[in-house]
Amino acid sequence: MASKLTTSNRAGWGFAMPGFGLILLFIVIPFFFAFYLSLTNQRLISPNPTEFVGLSNYDRLLSISVLTLEPERDDAGAVIRDEAGEIEYPRVRTFTRNNPDYPQYDGMREWFRWQWGEEAKVVVAKDVVFWKSLRNTLMFVLVVAPVQAGLALGLALLINQRLRGINIYRAIYFMPVVVSIVVVSLLFRFIYDGNDGLLNNVLGFVTFGLFEGRDWLGSENTALGAIMGMSIWQAVGFHMVIWLSGLQTISPTLYEASSIEGASKWQTFRYVTWPGLRNTAVLILIVITMQAFALFAQIDVMTRGGPLDSTTTIVFQAVERGYGKQDISGGSAISVLLFLLVLSISLIQRYLTRER
Amino acid sequence: MKLGITLSTALVASVSWATMAAAQTELSMWYHGAGNEAESSALQLIIDDFNASQPDYKVVVESFPQESYNDSVVAAALAGNLPDILDVDGPVMPNWAWAGYMQPLQIDESAIEGFLAGPLGYWDGQLYSVGFWDAAVAMMSRQSTLDALGLRTPTVDNPWTGEEFMAALDAAKASGDFEYAFDLGMPWTGEWYPYAFSPFLQSFGGDIVDRSTYATAEGALNGPEALAFGEWWQSLFADGYAPGTSQDPADRDTGFIDGKYAFSWNGNWAALGALAAHDDVVFLPSPDFGNGPKIGAASWQFGVSASSENAEGASAFIEFALQDKYLANFSNVTGLIPATAEAAAMTDNYAEGGPLEVFFGLSEGQAMVRPVTPGYVVSAKVFEKAMADIANGADVADTLDAAVDEINSDIERNGGYGH
Amino acid sequence: MATINPDNRGLRLAVRYLVLTLIAVIFIFPLVFMVMSSLKPDLQLLRDTSSLRAFLPVGDISLDNYYNAFSRVPIAKFMFNSLFVTATTVALSLLLCSLAAFSFVFLNWSGKNVALSIIIATLIIPFETIAIPLLLFVSKLPWIGMEGLTFGWLDTYRVQIIPLVADGLTIFLFVQYFRDLPRDLIEASRVEGASWMQIYLRVVMPLSGPIVATAAILKFLAMYNQYLWPLMVVQQEAYRPVMVGVQYFFQLSTAWGEIMAYLTIITVPVLVFYLILQRAFIASIASTGVKG
Repeated sequence: MASKLTTSNRAGWGFAMPGFGLILLFIVIPFFFAFYLSLTNQRLISPNPTEFVGLSNYDRLLSISVLTLEPERDDAGAVIRDEAGEIEYPRVRTFTRNNPDYPQYDGMREWFRWQWGEEAKVVVAKDVVFWKSLRNTLMFVLVVAPVQAGLALGLALLINQRLRGINIYRAIYFMPVVVSIVVVSLLFRFIYDGNDGLLNNVLGFVTFGLFEGRDWLGSENTALGAIMGMSIWQAVGFHMVIWLSGLQTISPTLYEASSIEGASKWQTFRYVTWPGLRNTAVLILIVITMQAFALFAQIDVMTRGGPLDSTTTIVFQAVERGYGKQDISGGSAISVLLFLLVLSISLIQRYLTRER
Repeated sequence: MKLGITLSTALVASVSWATMAAAQTELSMWYHGAGNEAESSALQLIIDDFNASQPDYKVVVESFPQESYNDSVVAAALAGNLPDILDVDGPVMPNWAWAGYMQPLQIDESAIEGFLAGPLGYWDGQLYSVGFWDAAVAMMSRQSTLDALGLRTPTVDNPWTGEEFMAALDAAKASGDFEYAFDLGMPWTGEWYPYAFSPFLQSFGGDIVDRSTYATAEGALNGPEALAFGEWWQSLFADGYAPGTSQDPADRDTGFIDGKYAFSWNGNWAALGALAAHDDVVFLPSPDFGNGPKIGAASWQFGVSASSENAEGASAFIEFALQDKYLANFSNVTGLIPATAEAAAMTDNYAEGGPLEVFFGLSEGQAMVRPVTPGYVVSAKVFEKAMADIANGADVADTLDAAVDEINSDIERNGGYGH
Repeated sequence: MATINPDNRGLRLAVRYLVLTLIAVIFIFPLVFMVMSSLKPDLQLLRDTSSLRAFLPVGDISLDNYYNAFSRVPIAKFMFNSLFVTATTVALSLLLCSLAAFSFVFLNWSGKNVALSIIIATLIIPFETIAIPLLLFVSKLPWIGMEGLTFGWLDTYRVQIIPLVADGLTIFLFVQYFRDLPRDLIEASRVEGASWMQIYLRVVMPLSGPIVATAAILKFLAMYNQYLWPLMVVQQEAYRPVMVGVQYFFQLSTAWGEIMAYLTIITVPVLVFYLILQRAFIASIASTGVKG
C-alpha cells in the first residue's frame, strides 16, 4: 500500500504540523489539565489550597448500589397493603440517612425500583442526577443520530435535482441552522406551551378538537421528546449540507450510465449514489453522534434539565456544576467520563463499520 | 512626507493627552448595566462629577451585560485581571470577599447613616459593599379584583395570614375569571427562585441554611417547618393555583396585565408597567405564614477589588456616590428603591403620595437578606432545583433531604467557608 | 391510471414544487417569526405568540425596534469585530486544516495514524469542558508585538482567533473528502516531478470546491456564534462580538422586540455568506466531471 513515492516524513510532518500543533496546544493540553483537575478538589473560586483527592470525584459520580426492601408487616407477620392493594415498604430514606447499620447506602438516593416477589429492589446512587443525565443523553443520541442522518440525506437528495429556483429552496432548508439556537429555543417554548401554545392549537384544529392539549415541556413523558424534535428540525440542514458535498463528488457520468441501462430510481440510489457516499456517511454518523452527546444550549434555554431531571444531560451537568456550583473538579470529572464514553462508542462504531 | 506630519501630530497629541491624564490616577470600574442606557447615563453623571470634584483620580467605567456579568468577573479574577471598582450582587458578595477578590471599604460611617439594611453588604464584620438602591417584591393585584372577590386589603402592619391568603386564592379560583389565581414567575430561572421564594420558607420558620452556624442545612431546610412549607408549595401547583415551571415566558411578562392571573408575585421594577396598564393596581405585602411576613432584600452593590492598588481612591469614589441626590436620581431613572428615606423624599415615585411609596415601607418592614455566606452561591442553586422539583411533583421530604445533603457536602468540601 | 407518462411532465413538475414548498414552510417559520416580531411592540409581540398572528405583519407595525436596538448596542463595532474575527479564522482554518488533511491522506509518514486518532478524539471534547483550563493558559501566553514581548492574551483579537483556528471537524471533513479523490492522479503528478506543494495547490485544491464551501460555512457558523469564549477573554467593549451583544437586551424587563430586531440584523451576514457559497457549490458541480 505505502508507495515509496508518497513516503516523506519531512513533508508529512511539515504539512500536518501547523494544524495539528494548534490542536495539541489549544485542545489536547487543556483537556489533560481538565483531567488533572478531576483528580483534585479544585474549586472555581476559593482561597483554600488545592489538594489531590485521587478518584473520589469519580467515586461520588459513579457509586451505585441495589437496596432490597422487605415489605412492612403487621404483628401477625402479614404483609400490609394500602387501599389500592399495593404492598407498603419502609421509606428508602430510613436506610440512606443517618442509619449506622447501613453505612454502604449513606447519602444515596433512589433512582428507580422494581418488584421482586414480595420484595422491592431499589437502585440507589450517590449522584442520581448524573445517572439520569447519562440515560437521557444516550436516549437522545440513539434517537437523534439515525433520524437526523436519514432525514438530512432525504433532503439532500431532494435538493440535488436540477430545477429552476432550487437554490432558493436549498437556502430555506438551511435557515434554521443560521438562526441562533437561543432564538429557536425561545420560539419553541412558545410553540410547546401547554395552555395556548401553537402546537396544541394546530393539533386541535387538525383533529377537529379531538386532540387534548398537553404541556409538552412541563411533563416528564414528553419533554425530552419535544426537545429531540426541535433539535432534529434545527440541525438537519447542517447535515444536509455535508451530504450535498458528498453527493457532488459522484461523477455525473455514472448517473448517465445507469440511466442508459434503464435502472430504476432505487437501483440508481442503491448501486451508484450510496456506494459513492461511504466516506460521507461515516463522517456524518460521527459528527452527529458527537453533536448529540454535546447537547446543551437547548436544555439551558428550554428546561434547565427539568421537569424532574427528565431532560438533564451530561454536558449540562458538567457546566452546571463547573460554573454554576463552582465545582470545577466535579465538572471536569464529568467531562472526562463523557470523553471516555464517547471514545469507546466510536471505537466500537469503527470496528463495526471497518472495511473488510 | 504628509504621512510623516500626520504621524508626528498624532504623536504630539497623544503625548500631551498622556501628560494631562497622568495628573489623575486612573481608576477602572466595572458595571453590570451594558445595554441599559438610562442606568449607564445616571452612573456616568456621578463619574463625571467625581472626576471634576478632585484632582487625584479619574474613574473610567466598562459596562458588561448583566446576564453574564458574574461569569466575566470570575473569568477576569482567574486570569488576574480585575478592575479597581466592581459592582456585585448583594448575596454573591461574601463569596467574592471570601475568595479574596474584594477588600473592605474604607469609607466613613457617616456616609451610610440612615441606609436601609438591604443595600449594606457586611461580611466577617466588615463593610465590603454598598448599594445605591434596594429592590422589593410584592403581591400585585387590582383593587377591582379584591372588591369583586370580597377580600380585605392587607397592609404592612396587618398582612394576610397564610389561611387568609389561601382563602383569597380559593376565591379567585372559584370565580372562574382567571386562568390561574397566582402567578409566581416560574420561568424566571436563576436568582429569582431564592430571592422571591425563600422568604416564604422563612415565613414558615425554615431557611436555606442554619444561620446560627452556617455549617449545615440540616433542620433548617428539612425540619418540620420546611416540610410544611414544601407541602404548601407543592399544593400551589398540584391544586392548580399557579402555573408551573413550563409557564410561557410571555405569560409571565404580560399575563397579569392581560387579566389571566388574579395575583402576581413580582418585583418593583415591573410596577410602573402594571400601573400604566391599569390604574387600580395595588401592591400587597407578603402574607404571614406564622413567622412574620418576609421578602428578599439586597440588590446590586459597589465594592473595591482586592488587587486594586488605589483602594483609597476607589473607596473615595463610592463614598462620593452615596449622596442623596445621586441615590434619588438613580431611583428616578430605574424605578428602584432609593437607599435612604431622605433620597426617597426627593424622588418622583417614592416621595409621600408617590405611586411606589408602598415599596419603601415593604423594604423597611419585611425585607430580610439572603444567607450571608460564601456558600450561598451554591446553596441558592440547590434551593432553586429543589423548588422546581417539588413544583413538578417530587416527594417533598426526599427532595428537601437531598438538597440538605448536597448543601452540607458542599460546605464540608469548602472547609466550612471560613465561618 | 396512477402511472405518470412523459406527457404529464407539467404535473410531475408541479408535484415536485409542491413537495419542496411544503417542506420549505416547515423550515422557514422561525425566520419569519423573528422578522415579523422585530416589527411589533413588546406587548403585542408576546400576545401574538399563541396564534398564527406571530407569523404575520399585523397590528402596530414599525421600525422602532431597529432604532432602539441601534442606540442600545454599538452594532457597527460589534459587527466589525465578529466579521473580522470570523473571516480571519475561517481563512486560516481552511488553509491549515486542508494542509493537514492532505498530509494525512496522501503522504506516508511515521506517527501519522497516532496523530489522526488524536485529532478525531478531540471531536468528542465539548468546548465548555476545556474553557477554564484554556482561559488560564492563554492568560499567561507570551506574544511579540509592537510593544515587544508581552504576556497574556486577554482583551485582544488574537485570543478570539488563534485558539479556535484548528479543529478536528474541519480536518476530518477534508480527510473524508480527499479519500474520495483518485490517488493515481496524485501519484502521476509526483512521477512527473511535481512538489507536494504544487500537487496541493494545482491538483487537489482545484478539485475540492464543494468541501471548501462546506467547511467554510460550518466554520463560519461556529465562529460567528461564539459566545462563551469571548465572554471569558474579552473585557473591553471594543473587542466584543455580536453574540455577546444579545445579552444587552436582557434587562429587568426584557426588550423582546429589540432582541428580534438585533437578531434579524446579525443573521443577515450568515445568510449572505451562505448564498455566496452556494454559487461556489454550483460552480464546482461542473468541475467534478474530472473525478471518478
